[in-house]
Amino acid sequence: MLSRVAENLYWVARYIERAENTARLINVNANLLLDLPKTVAFGWNPLIEITGSEALFHELYDEANERNVIKFLTGDANNPGSIMSALQSARENVRTMRDFLPREAWEQLNELYLMARTQLSSALSKHKRYDYLRSIIAGTQQMIGIFASTITHDHGYDFLRLGRYLERADMTTRIIDVRSADLIADHGDLTPFYNIQWMSVLRSMSAYQMYRRQTQGPVRRVDVLRFLFQDRQFARSIYYCLFHAEAFLRHLPRNETPLQHLMQLQRIVSEADLYQLKQQDLHDFIDELQRELAIIHDQITATYFAVAAPDKTTTERTSALQA
Amino acid sequence: MAIRWKQYQVKGPYDELIQPSGKPRQSAQPLCKYVSSLSDSELQERKAAAELAIRVMGITFTVYSEQSGSIDREWPFDIIPRVIPKSEWDKIENGLRQRVRALNLFINDMYHERRVLKDKVVPEEILASSKNFREQCIGVNPPLGVWAHICGSDLVRDKDGTVYVLEDNLRVPSGVSYMLENRAVMKRVLPELFEHCSILPVDDYPSQLYDMLASISPRPSERPEVVVLTPGVYNSAYYEHSYLAQQMGAELVQGTDLVVGDDDCVYMRTIEGLARVDVIYRRIDDLFLDPETFREDSTIGVAGLMRAWKKGNVALANAPGAGVADDKVVYAYVPAIIKYYLGEEPLLPNVPTYVCLEKQARDHVIANLDKMVVKPANESGGYGMLVGPHASKREREKFKRLIRKDPRNYIAQPLVSLSTTPTLVDNHVEPRHVDIRPFILSGARTFVTTGGLTRVALRKGSTVVNSSQGGGSKDTWIVDSEAL
Repeated sequence: MLSRVAENLYWVARYIERAENTARLINVNANLLLDLPKTVAFGWNPLIEITGSEALFHELYDEANERNVIKFLTGDANNPGSIMSALQSARENVRTMRDFLPREAWEQLNELYLMARTQLSSALSKHKRYDYLRSIIAGTQQMIGIFASTITHDHGYDFLRLGRYLERADMTTRIIDVRSADLIADHGDLTPFYNIQWMSVLRSMSAYQMYRRQTQGPVRRVDVLRFLFQDRQFARSIYYCLFHAEAFLRHLPRNETPLQHLMQLQRIVSEADLYQLKQQDLHDFIDELQRELAIIHDQITATYFAVAAPDKTTTERTSALQA
Repeated sequence: MAIRWKQYQVKGPYDELIQPSGKPRQSAQPLCKYVSSLSDSELQERKAAAELAIRVMGITFTVYSEQSGSIDREWPFDIIPRVIPKSEWDKIENGLRQRVRALNLFINDMYHERRVLKDKVVPEEILASSKNFREQCIGVNPPLGVWAHICGSDLVRDKDGTVYVLEDNLRVPSGVSYMLENRAVMKRVLPELFEHCSILPVDDYPSQLYDMLASISPRPSERPEVVVLTPGVYNSAYYEHSYLAQQMGAELVQGTDLVVGDDDCVYMRTIEGLARVDVIYRRIDDLFLDPETFREDSTIGVAGLMRAWKKGNVALANAPGAGVADDKVVYAYVPAIIKYYLGEEPLLPNVPTYVCLEKQARDHVIANLDKMVVKPANESGGYGMLVGPHASKREREKFKRLIRKDPRNYIAQPLVSLSTTPTLVDNHVEPRHVDIRPFILSGARTFVTTGGLTRVALRKGSTVVNSSQGGGSKDTWIVDSEAL
């Protein structure tokens, strides 16, 4: 399989997953803000930090208010992580692979993109936002269904799923991170709100019901963290994502380096003592996971996509082009 | 009311299916009989079915637009096929084989001794001003001495029924995928016809193409690595590139997928690592092939590709520089070229052509501009042409100046009145002008497609068959009447 094609498929999956999870991220924050007392409401700035785009954001906007942050995360073409940018990149990639992918995949993605673009203003309207984001989530899930049921499950599909699970693991850490800036802990008399935040996080990942069934108990921080980090069966838990990424990576040739790293990361996640992790530690732990995921991504890129030229002159030319 | 052939008016140009008397030609009789047995609604049903099949099969061509990027349009198709009797096609096929054999000898000669110029069969001047001559190819010996592995020659039929070669496309001719898809559509839409007529199949092309490409591989092996090199998804023929790659089971690659090593071999980047490539069916023009040799700014080519090719480590089809024979002035000399290299009389005639380079011919052209079609030597797609009988006086004056200024760049031909063939318009048939492009493969063996791509000018009276300008296409049947 050509490296270019594999890379395209990997990125299509990442972009689609990113669009979905960015929509979830906005939803969780919006819900939290509605539930929390105004005295502790932390506004929209955390989303910018969590997506790691402070510098870019402040270049483009003065103030991290609701309107600006939502604009930045949904429709801003200057933000490569915005929903529209992700959908557009996915669409461009699929367009160049129309001979590999079933026609339905292209049509569905194109429709989703056009819908997201024409109704973009709904994202800025408080009462329409939820439905808008929900239809983006539904559209991306439909893409996953089309891929699962219509394309050949060969190496190409392995790359698609690898991209999806790595992106999802990364985005799940970010969604949890929304709550790592824990302001409520400092407000002793706000206990009733404490669990609500975690409920909100669960809901944003469609995880609330699964969580209740799995734990058979109330919504408690440590149980939620265990569920989202370590659950073996919940499809958005970090462990689950890594476990599945490993399975697909195992199908691929020359997988030693990324595979080794991925399994190491799995161990870190499953052995983490989440009860001991207070907020700052949790945030640091999440940062560490994100760094590790980035390393695995780089190793996959180096192994499969950036297949080096067989000699010195060509490599020099390539790096000259990149510089 | 169903189609009545009696109402079909044949006057002037030759008609492919119907004789001037109004009776169908022998090879078209079963077809005409069947078509007229269909009621209006049945006919419309079949037409709709064809359109649906084209949509479902995703047969498109790309038109580039500034506003919305490239747009895929569905392929315009007419369900009434064009019929050619096998006995006639056999003669055409022999003529094409002969022609391409001679053209390949000519190209090879041009990059070696140039005997053809020294012996004054073709004037020396054409070399100096040839747009498609590549000095980088001088002295190169491609496998089997073949340069133009894939040739698409456009044929037209004049009033008296004679089939002429109008031009030879020796660079990156396109259209063959539509020929194959047209047949696939027809089989879906009018399967009954295939029971009534003995229509020769066309489906063999992709495997013939693969065999030809494999036959020029520098490494003899059971299954050489053959790839199709495309400029990418925004190219107007991308559909065809991907179709042919799929049909041959070859990788469809872009320039960035390939890399030339220090060992002057070509590799493609795969998830398994680098994989050696033996044969490249390139659908990129010469000048964009290799930024080391040709245009430095080419981002669709592969640096070092020419090095690898010259060393014989990779085969390129068509070979770079093959376009030297794809020149309308060279075209004028093809009959002489055939006689010179093969010692044979040409089996297929050229349209009579005046080479403005020759003074006598030039004077004749300028004096008779109102009867002539003037074409620049190195343009394709109908650009920069003058159709004398339809042109204004000012345009003709302009061309007189152009010809005098750069005679090497112009040829002129009398206006050929393209033949017509019945084409469905609403619920009846009307004559529309057609040409045909067969494809000739040259490798260890020569192969000619059974028929070719028939292009039809869908606008009444028009002779422009290009799909971007209101042209469509039809299935082409080579019918063996004796087999019935």
